[in-house]
Parts: sequence; structure tokens; C-alpha cells
Amino acid sequence: MQNDVIMAGFGGQGILLIGKMLAYAGMHEGKEVSWLPSYGPEMRGGTCNCTVVISDRPVGSPVIRSPRAVLAMNLPSLDKFERDVRPGGLLLVNSSLINRDPARTDLTVVKVPANEIANSLGNPRAANMVALGAYLGATGAVSIAEVEAVVRETFSAKPQLVDSNLLALHRGFEVGAAATGKAVASVAEEGS
Amino acid sequence: MAETVFSRPGALAPVITHYCPGCTHGIIHRLIAEVIDELGIRERTVGIAPVGCAVLAYNYFTVDFQEASHGRAPAVATGIKRARPDLIVFTYQGDGDLASIGMAEIVHCANRGEKVTVVFVNNAIYGMTGGQMAPTTMPGQIATTCPLGRDVEQAGHPIRIAELLSTLRTPSFVARAAVHTPLYAVNAKEMLRRAFRYQVAGTCFSMVEVLSTCPTNWGVPPVEANRWLAQNMMPFYPLGVFKTPDGADRAPTPGAGD
Amino acid sequence: MAKKLMKGSEAIGEAAVQAGCRLFFGYPITPQNEIPEYMSLRLPQVGGCFVQAESEVAASNMLYGAAGTGERVMTSSSSPGISLMSEAASYLAGAELPVVIVNIVRAGPGLGGILPSQGDYFQATRGMGHGDFRLLVLAPWSVQEAADLVQDAFDLADFYRNPVMVLGDGLIGQMMEPVEFSSDRQPIKELQPKTWAATGCPGDRPTNIINSLFLDPEELERHNWKLKAKYDAMTRDEIRSASYAADDDYDVLIVAYGTVARVCSTAIDELRERGVRVAMVRPITLFPYPYQAIRDAALRASSVLVVELSTGQMIEDVRLALEGARPIHFHSRVGGMLVTPDEVIEKVECILAGGAAEVSHG
Repeated sequence: MQNDVIMAGFGGQGILLIGKMLAYAGMHEGKEVSWLPSYGPEMRGGTCNCTVVISDRPVGSPVIRSPRAVLAMNLPSLDKFERDVRPGGLLLVNSSLINRDPARTDLTVVKVPANEIANSLGNPRAANMVALGAYLGATGAVSIAEVEAVVRETFSAKPQLVDSNLLALHRGFEVGAAATGKAVASVAEEGS
Repeated sequence: MAETVFSRPGALAPVITHYCPGCTHGIIHRLIAEVIDELGIRERTVGIAPVGCAVLAYNYFTVDFQEASHGRAPAVATGIKRARPDLIVFTYQGDGDLASIGMAEIVHCANRGEKVTVVFVNNAIYGMTGGQMAPTTMPGQIATTCPLGRDVEQAGHPIRIAELLSTLRTPSFVARAAVHTPLYAVNAKEMLRRAFRYQVAGTCFSMVEVLSTCPTNWGVPPVEANRWLAQNMMPFYPLGVFKTPDGADRAPTPGAGD
Repeated sequence: MAKKLMKGSEAIGEAAVQAGCRLFFGYPITPQNEIPEYMSLRLPQVGGCFVQAESEVAASNMLYGAAGTGERVMTSSSSPGISLMSEAASYLAGAELPVVIVNIVRAGPGLGGILPSQGDYFQATRGMGHGDFRLLVLAPWSVQEAADLVQDAFDLADFYRNPVMVLGDGLIGQMMEPVEFSSDRQPIKELQPKTWAATGCPGDRPTNIINSLFLDPEELERHNWKLKAKYDAMTRDEIRSASYAADDDYDVLIVAYGTVARVCSTAIDELRERGVRVAMVRPITLFPYPYQAIRDAALRASSVLVVELSTGQMIEDVRLALEGARPIHFHSRVGGMLVTPDEVIEKVECILAGGAAEVSHG
């Protein structure tokens, strides 16, 4: 069983951070993981992406050309990566910043108004956490409890940010789970 | 019982050097060895031999040595001193080694303020390779790669290393001396002693440029070489202290004013 | 110690520290800057020293000086910088100094690009600089293996008194994977005290001289045969390779190293799921090269596929291993992009369908 995802967006949206959080959580869950950022002149251009692989077996290629999922946090990312998603794969779209529908019809598309949800929670910078939650809700790649622990650890120096980030994570999770109907068990578990 | 009034310094190995007759490398070696003895640092000194005439310097001292590639002695010295700050580290470099191929290494070693001592032997020529033009060759001076004399329009003017290094902001001790007469040699030893003392105290980088002769490649007898050095090199390469770590630049130099 | 998610560059730096490296000399060049950056922060915490040199030339000569004192030392760079270090590599080998050099290879020649490549294979395995010498070359395929091999590299360097190179690429340097450091790691070789180090000459012992100059031809010849004997000992004792999916029968054997082998492992998994019989041998030491392991594995297959990020460098060693015993096919990318699993799958299927041309010999 392998989950892999390319997460992409503007520099400053916290893309690399949520990718790392996902990898950390996977590692804590005992899975094999890899996290690979884009690097070079590309990272000076204002967009960035990372590839995260979470697997039951040792990770083969850490470079994924046809990912099982893509998380597009802005329009250039959708334009760039939509064509690469594996047929039948998952495409998460930040509908707050992306004003077009995906062209592909062979994918599970989840639209997440990540910025709007984050704004409504009073923490506009937590749009990335909404998106991460949506990915978890749609895939169950890693249990949300593990990710919660990583969130607490990540923001341990700024405890005032923990609650709003956790809330953002859960709102996103609900959107992802509702759209795919996949991760209901995790929701119930998390609610208990 | 006869009293010993003169003997080989303990830091100088009891061997015959390969240097040409009239060359002043031997004198400079001896002065360094005397200073090492007098400071009592022989057992914790590591020397670095260059590429050039002094490439075999490691055979002539009773201290541990490393042989550097051409020009890199200050980098090698940096590595040794950073690994073992308790050691006393000195490089012994010629003008091709230090002022041409090794210019970057010497400037940055001095600028970082590495607590090492550099002995820079300037004889205005490449000796070991057979008398080619050095960055320190005098204008009009004949060398095998400037057979009509150094043309400053083509090759630029000789580089004054002591002056150049003394422009750096980092505190250091920079001096120039000569060894072509006993009086000058006594002064040169004093410069070397000061340089090593600054290192022993952990104060700063130190470099002593020593004007030297090369009768073989200059094509003149040794006595005439000494005269040529005094007449041609010393006006262009003035002797003295150019920089001290406390900022007292260009202090007067005893015995070197004639 | 617990598993930690680490960037390859940081894992390489930490592994060096764990192995007792206390001095690092470097110069910035992409894509390996995280190694010197990590060391500049980490080494002072353990009483060590980091110097940012004025050039790779200076950095590698600082390495020489520090190694001559017997301390464990390391530098890292990327291809163009490694070329500048090739002078020092020759002196280090000639003077028999143990150092670890990490090359995070980028695509060349010249400035080339900054993305992954394996174009420095010849440079690494054929001696790197002037004169008759070799580096021991280790090629990790994961962040954990990079950390393990860096630690082994220090033991091997000390044991053989020879530079050891860890050859990676931008992928190894940039990616994060879980890494675990053993808290009671033992040296992999029995190491002698470094009585040869130039650290000051107490009493009347002969001076220790770190040197590669032998003007007497008889002495130089003896020295060169002594170095050769070390390379022979490495060839006898240090060859490492790993096989993948080779327990079952296979028709095609892939030979690949480093991150490319990772990509190939994914391709092999997918091909195996489709019932295509394919396996891999992965050299871990590039010098000494696992000729015998590759030959033995290749003889079980009908054809061999070499996959590497160069126009065909390691393929020469595979030819030496096979001596014409099996047809060799080749797949590569050389601009900085990686080979993909799909490309490897397509190539293997093409070979099995008889549609792929064998590489020409000559």
C-alpha cells in the first residue's frame, strides 16, 4: 500500500511544511516515508512543490511522475500538475484561489476553499493546514491523530497557534472525508 | 674546557642542504631554527614546505613537516592550526609559490587572521624551475621567460606583498627584512622572533618577507648578487615593519636604515 | 537513538559528526550547501571547527593540513568544485592522508546545471587527479544509507590511509527520509593509532613528514607499488553490492547505482506485478567495482540493462564484468532530469520484445 502526493503552491503558503508534517506523521505511524522538495532556480520563482511518499514497504523512487494525488494550492500548480495525476487519482483544488474547474474527468476532484475556511477561523495562515486535513480526509494516508501530534510539536514554541491550526486541520478533514466518503472511520475515531 | 660559543641550532638538522652556493635560503633556515630554539617550541612546531627551491625544507629541520602543493601552504597551515591550535605552525614559501599561484591562499589566510607564521622568501625569480619571471621580478630584470627584461607594459610591476597584506583590516604582524649582510640578518632574526612570538601568544597572523638572492638564476657571483639586491631590490622593496596587531604601522626598523 | 526525519545533506553532516569528524572545510556550491551550513552550526557544538574557505582549492588543502594532524576531517562539494579539489585529491592520496570527500554530483560538463547527474563517475572511479591513484568510492541510494556510508567512509579512510569519496546527487542531498544513528556504533575496521601524524616532534624520534614528493625514482616506484597494494586490498576486502528481486528467476538484469537504483526498484516492483521477470544488481562501492557479482547475476539473465544519469560511463565497467557474455542495453537521462520508473518499464518491455538495440561496443 502506497500513498504519494505532490503538494504545490506559492512560496509562503506553507506547502513544504505540510509536506514535512505528513512525512513525520507517517514515520511516527511506522510507515516508510520520503519527502522531496523542488530545488534550484525553480524555488526562486515563487512557486514550490514537494513530493511525499508514504508506504508500507521501503520507498522506491522518491520522485513521482504520476502521483496518486495532487494538492494544488494555486492556479499555476493546477496548470502544471493536473495532467500528471495517475488515472483514477485524487486532485485536491484550493477553490479559494483557483477559479477554474479541472479539465480531467477521470479523477476524484475535491474542492477545498482553504483560504476562506482559514479566514473564518481567524487564522488566515492556516490555509495549508486546511488543505492537509482535506488530503487526510480524502485518503486516510495517515491517521489524523498522528498529524495532530505533529502539529502540536511543530507549534510548540507558539502554543497560541496550536488550537487554530488543529481546528483548520479538522475542518479540512471534514471537507475531504465528505467529498470522498472514504475516511468516515477516521472521523468517528477522532470524535471519540 | 673549551666553552661552546657557536653551534648548530637544535631545530636545524645536521645535514648538508641542496641549495646553490651563495643562496640565502640556508641563512634564513638557520635564523628560523635559532628562533624556534630560543622560544623553546621545537617539539610543538610543524613546518610547511612549499613547491620551489625550498621544497625539501622538511629535510633541514628537526620539526615535523607537511609538504604542500604549489601555493597552498597557507591553506595547509590553516587546516593544521584549526585542527591543533596548540601547535606552532609556519610556512616557508617562495615568490612564485606565495605571490603568484598562491595569492588567494595567502591573502585569505592573513585576512582570516589565522594564528600562523609565514616566512616569504622573495628573490625576484623562479629558482627551481630555472629562472623564469616571478611576480616579484624587477622591471627590466632578465629572466628566461622575459629574455629582454621584464616589460612592465606586458607583465605589470612587481608585487609588494608586505605592503599588500598590510592593507587588510584584520590585525596582523607584517614585516620585510633582508639577510645579505650580517647586520641585516640580525634584524631579520628579530623580525622572525617577533612573528613567532605573536603566534605563541595567540595574537595574530604574522608574515616576514625576506629579500633573498639567487646568484645561479640571476647569473652573477654571490657577492655581486648581494650588491644587486641592495641596489635594485631594496629601493623598491623597503624594509621595515608594515603592520602590527596593535595598529602601530610602519614602526622604525633598527639597523636597516642605510 | 530514535528515527528522525532528516534531509540527506544534514544526515551526511550529522553522520560525520557521529563518526568523530571535528573539522570541515568547504566552499558554497549548489546543490550541496546544506552540508557546510549544517556543519557550521553543528561542529562548534562538539568542540570542532568549520572554515568557509576562499575556494575549493583552498578548502581541499585545508583538509590536507588538518588530516596531516591525524584528526578526522571532511569536505563536500559538487562537480565543478570537485574538479578544483582534484589537485588536492592527488596529493592526499600520494601523502596517504585519510579524508572523506562528499560529491553531490550535478549535471555537466562545465557549469552544466544544478540538477541530479551521475556524470562524475569516471572522475570518481578513475583516480580523479593526476598520477596513479584511486579513491575508494561509496554510492548511497537512500538517506539512511548515506548516513551509514559516511560513517563507514571515515573508518575506511583511516584504515587504508586514503581519501574516500561518497558519491551522491542532488536527490540524496535534498530529500528527507527517516534516519537512525546507532548509539554504540563500532568501527568497521581495526584501526591503528596514527603514529605518522605531524603533530610536533618530541625528543629524538625522526620527524614525521606528510609528503608526496619522491625524487628518487626507485623510491617513487616502491611508493607507487605500495599504493597499488592498498587498492588491491580494497578490491579484495571492500567490494559492496546489493541485489534486488534477484531471489526469483529473471530475464533482464538491471545494473544501476545511487538514486537511479531507487527509481529502478519501483520499476521492478511494477514489472513483477505484471509478471515480467526482472532483477537488479546495485553497486555500492564504485571503486572497487563489484565485477564478479554483476557477472554472476548477469549470467542468470538473457540480457542486461544499464541505467545511469550519464551518456554511458559505468557501462564500461559492466562491459568489463560481462566480457561480451550477455547483450547490454542502456537507458539514461543526462540533462538533470531523472530517469522515471515508466521509462525503465518501457525499456525492459522493449528489450523483451526484441525491439531494443544493444549498445555498440567500441
